[in-house]
Amino acid sequence: MNPMEIPMVGRGTQPETTRTFIQDPDNAPDEDMREAVQALAREGEWIVQPVPEPYYAARTKYGRVKKIPFEKTWHHKSCGQCGHIPGYSTSIFWLNRFLGYDYFDPRDQTSCTAWNYYASATSNQVAQAAVAMRNFSAAYETGYFPIIHCGTSFGHYKEVRHELVHNHDLRRKVREVITKLGRPFVMPEELVHYSEWMYAIRDQLKSRVVYDLSDITATVHPACHYYKLQSGDAIYDPEIYGGQRTAAVTSVVQELGARVADYSTWYDCCGFGFRHILVQRDFTRSFATMRKIEVMKEEANPDVVLTHDTGCVTALDKSQFATQAHGRKVGVPVLSESQFAALAVGAHPYRVAQLHWHSTDYRPLLSKIGIDAEKAWTEFQEDLAQIEQGSMEYLSWESVL
Amino acid sequence: MLSNQYPEVPLEDKQRLFDQVKHDQRFDDYLYGCYECGICVAACPSARFYDFSPRKIAQTLAREDIEMFYEQMNDDIWNCSQCFSCLRCPRQNNPGGLITIMREVAVNNGLRSTKEALAGYTRIIYKIMTTGTQVSPDMLQEDAFPDWGPQVKEVAQHLDLWRRALPPETLHTTGLSWQVEERTMLELYTIWKLTGVLNMISELDEGLHDIMEEVMDDALEDQGFSVV
Repeated sequence: MNPMEIPMVGRGTQPETTRTFIQDPDNAPDEDMREAVQALAREGEWIVQPVPEPYYAARTKYGRVKKIPFEKTWHHKSCGQCGHIPGYSTSIFWLNRFLGYDYFDPRDQTSCTAWNYYASATSNQVAQAAVAMRNFSAAYETGYFPIIHCGTSFGHYKEVRHELVHNHDLRRKVREVITKLGRPFVMPEELVHYSEWMYAIRDQLKSRVVYDLSDITATVHPACHYYKLQSGDAIYDPEIYGGQRTAAVTSVVQELGARVADYSTWYDCCGFGFRHILVQRDFTRSFATMRKIEVMKEEANPDVVLTHDTGCVTALDKSQFATQAHGRKVGVPVLSESQFAALAVGAHPYRVAQLHWHSTDYRPLLSKIGIDAEKAWTEFQEDLAQIEQGSMEYLSWESVL
Repeated sequence: MLSNQYPEVPLEDKQRLFDQVKHDQRFDDYLYGCYECGICVAACPSARFYDFSPRKIAQTLAREDIEMFYEQMNDDIWNCSQCFSCLRCPRQNNPGGLITIMREVAVNNGLRSTKEALAGYTRIIYKIMTTGTQVSPDMLQEDAFPDWGPQVKEVAQHLDLWRRALPPETLHTTGLSWQVEERTMLELYTIWKLTGVLNMISELDEGLHDIMEEVMDDALEDQGFSVV
């Protein structure tokens, strides 16, 4: 069969409409939850943990200022990232160290348990809020400020905050549980997703990029639970998509020097489905490939798909193997923007980005960036040999910075 | 359209479930009416691959169509992806949220269709509720994810070694996503017990409930944690 020329639609990051959304916080159609949180603190309902300084002042959907802390962050890790694609969280931690920021990686942290809740509903409002508030309390007691790695945790915690603010009965029940645990009842001043921190540090990363990424085309999948749940509290920027879509991920990738190409099904979810990814993957595979990867390939022919949530990386990456077997037009590596950014500023593709946990072939991407994948793999194999022989117990931070 | 899918179930039983959904504290925030515009359906991933419609969910609840509601409780709600793309609704409805409530009621009442929908999923419930993390590295096994290709086998074969080649100290685990302190785990068990979540599990799978209760009770007792 002769190779086919795939048509390119060179849209850049200009959406089809040329309209720019004018942000006007004074006329925002929704309530500023942070004000309500502070009002409840004044009434003695809970303690508010302030965002540590220095912070970055980002704009949310309707133009409100959101404080994004640079450091003294308590990392609320993600089950799926840490369990199955650990280069995702490793890259976030590595970028903190690379920029010299103080952070805390806690063991006194549970999952938000929202993956299970959205998959099986085997929980309830009080339990879900208690899990969130227990984690917030644990962060507060360390003096570090929570930053949330998972898009679903972030979205779910925004929902929990909304419910706790508006439902005093729920607040009372949850406070009773937290008090029973002997912990303080604390709500953070802001709920911050790590991709917002990435947005805040994008300028600092730009000056440290070690590769020319101008030939790299990326497509961005914005994560549903990041910006569809409690939609007002997500980062938007008039310079990115005219302020009509979230600026998370896209702004960072552009700042690193890569090209972000648009595609028509950007609003569609990834097909993760929570229950489906675990026990009904025919749906996930079909949706992830037919509505996302194939459309991206057809319209933008990207070198990489970049996103900012656990489930999206998993669904979009892992679904491609079986679909490829059917001869369909897939085969695009999928990474988080934290991994892509780490690579851009010189992180090792296996020691830090841990790409060997991903399924779809990422080596053509590395090669195009200018990274020798074979040499890097040999280096990583040497590390593994040292661990196996006992001359090194673990791969340490000192050896990857 | 009238439903007659479940004529053998008494109307009072269907009404009782409907009332439980309607009396959930979130219900009034999630349903304001329906323009029948279909925007939620256009945005819905599940609507593309299943005979499923978030619009019908909202309409059925708004009309209090008890027969159709019961049909949806059994045949529709587990198709939802819970992505909340339907929040694009111009009427500010939250069909995905309504489905979350319907699912909770379905679990609480031990509906047979719910047990069937979650049959392969119960090992995950055990994992999240007893370890505090939803998925673990050692779940990446070839027989569990055959469609993910040979890379899963590669991970499984080198799992212990590859986990030790991760710089973050908390990730040196295979049975958990990250290392969780014992006290943290006990606090999580306390939350499940105090909030009635364990009782929900008994409606879904009594055997699973008994195992989890034993694990949690033993751990709490050993550490002198009292849950009253």
